[in-house]
Amino acid sequence: MAFGGRKPSGPGGRGKSAAGGDKQGGQRRGLFRRRKVCKFCADRIDDINYKDVKLLSGFVPERGKVLPRRISGTCAKHQRALRVAILRARQLALLPYASD
Amino acid sequence: MSARTYELIYILKPEATEQEVADLQAQVEGIVQRLGGSIEKTEPWGRRKLAYEIGKHKEGFYVLHVIQGSGELMKEIDRRLKVTEGLIRHLVVRVDERQQVAERARTKRQEESRRRRIARGLPPDRQPGEGPQRDSDDDADLTYEGVDTEA
Repeated sequence: MAFGGRKPSGPGGRGKSAAGGDKQGGQRRGLFRRRKVCKFCADRIDDINYKDVKLLSGFVPERGKVLPRRISGTCAKHQRALRVAILRARQLALLPYASD
Repeated sequence: MSARTYELIYILKPEATEQEVADLQAQVEGIVQRLGGSIEKTEPWGRRKLAYEIGKHKEGFYVLHVIQGSGELMKEIDRRLKVTEGLIRHLVVRVDERQQVAERARTKRQEESRRRRIARGLPPDRQPGEGPQRDSDDDADLTYEGVDTEA
């Protein structure tokens, strides 16, 4: 799944470099922020299931924490459901509590 | 009280024999029948790597049951599984409410799309071959880095 791999580093990293560019006099060459869309709204996933490890693991970066909304672009409703699903999956050792 | 749907997942020790797995399944079935529930589905996932070590185990044998029954039934199952040897983890989740919500969202979306299609003078359901054709990579242009001059 390309989503999980790309997003965490993508928009976050770009945001930082854009801020740096502004300080140097508004130099924004080739930088554009892509509008983030909630994956669950876009793909019409109504039920975020704790058994779907493949889906959930896209929202759990290496460290094992839940990927924040500001990075993934998930809407509030789905982020809440996602959190519960991840919590359950962790209990069943499908996802890590912490790794490193 | 109407029946509720629950999912029960438990993880056995990886060295559990087939006999032990069958025994535990039979035990769960026994409790379910005794307390007036029914098992809708039993799905052994088999051995899986655990995301973290539990005790000294790195692997576990997962089994999923979908059970119709009352809260008391699940409480009893939970109580029994807590004291069962050879089990490393279990989880009971009520699913019927969530499924209903998802079902409602789906039908609502369908109706909405039908309403819109009719308003546009189209047949209510999507015809085969209609609509956006999925490209192999939709956002290729966003990650496009430049022409490969080598090729």
